[in-house]
Amino acid sequence: MTTLLVAEHDNAGLKEATARTLAAGVELGEEVHVLVAGKDCTLATEAAARLEGVAKVLHADAEHLAHQLAEPLAALVVSLAGPFDTLIAPATTFGKNLMPRVAALLDVAQVSDITRVVAADTFERPTYAGNAIETVQTTDAKKVITVRGSAFRPVGESTQAVLVETIRAAAPAETLSSFVSAEIPDLERPELTAARVIVSGGRAFQSAENFRTYLQPVADKLGAAIGASRAAVDAGYAPNDLQVGQTGKVVAPDLYIACGISGAIQHLAGMKDSKVIVAINKDPEAPIFQIADYGLVGDVFEILPQLEKAL
Amino acid sequence: MKILVPIKRVVDFNVKVRVKPDGSGVDLANVKMAMNPFDEIAVEEALRLKESGAAEEIVVVSIGPAEAADTIRTGLAMGADRGILLKTGQPTEPLAVAKALKAIAAEEKPGLVILGKQAIDDDCNQTGQMLAALLGWPQGTFASKVVIDGDAVTVTREVDGGLETLRLRLPAVITTDLRLNEPRYASLPNIMKAKKKPIDEKTAADLDVDLAPRLKILKVEAPPARRSGVKLASVGELVEKLRNEAGVL
Repeated sequence: MTTLLVAEHDNAGLKEATARTLAAGVELGEEVHVLVAGKDCTLATEAAARLEGVAKVLHADAEHLAHQLAEPLAALVVSLAGPFDTLIAPATTFGKNLMPRVAALLDVAQVSDITRVVAADTFERPTYAGNAIETVQTTDAKKVITVRGSAFRPVGESTQAVLVETIRAAAPAETLSSFVSAEIPDLERPELTAARVIVSGGRAFQSAENFRTYLQPVADKLGAAIGASRAAVDAGYAPNDLQVGQTGKVVAPDLYIACGISGAIQHLAGMKDSKVIVAINKDPEAPIFQIADYGLVGDVFEILPQLEKAL
Repeated sequence: MKILVPIKRVVDFNVKVRVKPDGSGVDLANVKMAMNPFDEIAVEEALRLKESGAAEEIVVVSIGPAEAADTIRTGLAMGADRGILLKTGQPTEPLAVAKALKAIAAEEKPGLVILGKQAIDDDCNQTGQMLAALLGWPQGTFASKVVIDGDAVTVTREVDGGLETLRLRLPAVITTDLRLNEPRYASLPNIMKAKKKPIDEKTAADLDVDLAPRLKILKVEAPPARRSGVKLASVGELVEKLRNEAGVL
């Protein structure tokens, strides 16, 4: 009776989502083994072995796993699945891409995006953009689960590393997919889903240039990630990977500053679990004020430069 | 090439859903329904591929109640060529839907399946990946750009922190993300024309698939409400509160 966690990493290190998913894995009550599959991923493997609550680390290093494409990685996870009764991964684009493929190959009905472990086979998960919380019980012999990271505190580091077992991952007989390129623009800034502070902008900015000019200095002062509402993304002010909301990223930082965002349901679904919410908006009736801890009624073009100076 | 576009009938995205007081689910009586927005993007992308000459026929398929025929008509009015309705009265879980779509793909033999990355009711984000797995096909999820290139397709994907571009061997499954395109509105003449386009009705028994749900929904609750806070007079006051009251600076 063991749980297998598929680690999210970039070969050089683990993503924070892995430590958060591990927290959920530990709550399942069984031993947790962590699979680190990649190419030249020794550093990520060593980091996994020091996570608190891990019983064992499986390390698969192979050329065909370099970019962790869904097809070869799912085949590897399925080949290892036998002794495990639960398979878990973060509900990030990595886990969302991978786990349903694994689940279908195992003929398991997956439970996506869990926010609470009620029992080893029963979980809470948000539906309808977070407007309804479903308690769901699986009936399959094996469970495949993805975990919403913002709902779990990341586990810490342990002083002693656990055993690492190297496994051989045979190259697939046929190549269905291949990696062409990646474009990861802003490595200096914290990632949205891992950031402690997020400064987020909406339609009020009127242009991509204003979006940058007014939000960046405040974000720099706070060491914050930058987010955007769907309206700002649709208008072309910000790239889609900054989108916070039901259809974008779900975040829960210590501080979320919503600037010129009215507070559509779809946006609130992505950030309402933040610890402290600040809303800055011209319209005193904007729905965002109903969930904000602190509100400032006013123009973002006046308030943001003042805020940058005051920090 | 034929493109298969699975579409789902869901609550309209503008509707604020309410949880039933008895905790048995969400109240869907007299609520406006529409095509899942990500599936609209999928239909649009298929239409653009057809218009560019990369595809010849677009088949939209929906699995759900008899009313899902309306959703299929919407797809036909946008420009799809014909529809398939798999009628079921049961709640549709992604694994069961993927199995049904696999059976339909075996009959239709599409070169590409394009569908939404997730349905905005259950928010599962599973069906496309599961279908790809069952068919043994490659998958390009969360696509923001799709280019057909001979016997392969290049897909740019929206991943955490940026973009990733993959090359997939055809046939393949693609799931759509928001920025892939902006779906067109159906024109009145096309809505009229769509009424004459064929919709083939099937049952789970015809396809020999089991649609029975595997997950038990024990209860459905509204999320805990967040209390609203205070409006402040100045930036100075805000910074002071964040520092001393909230302790987050």
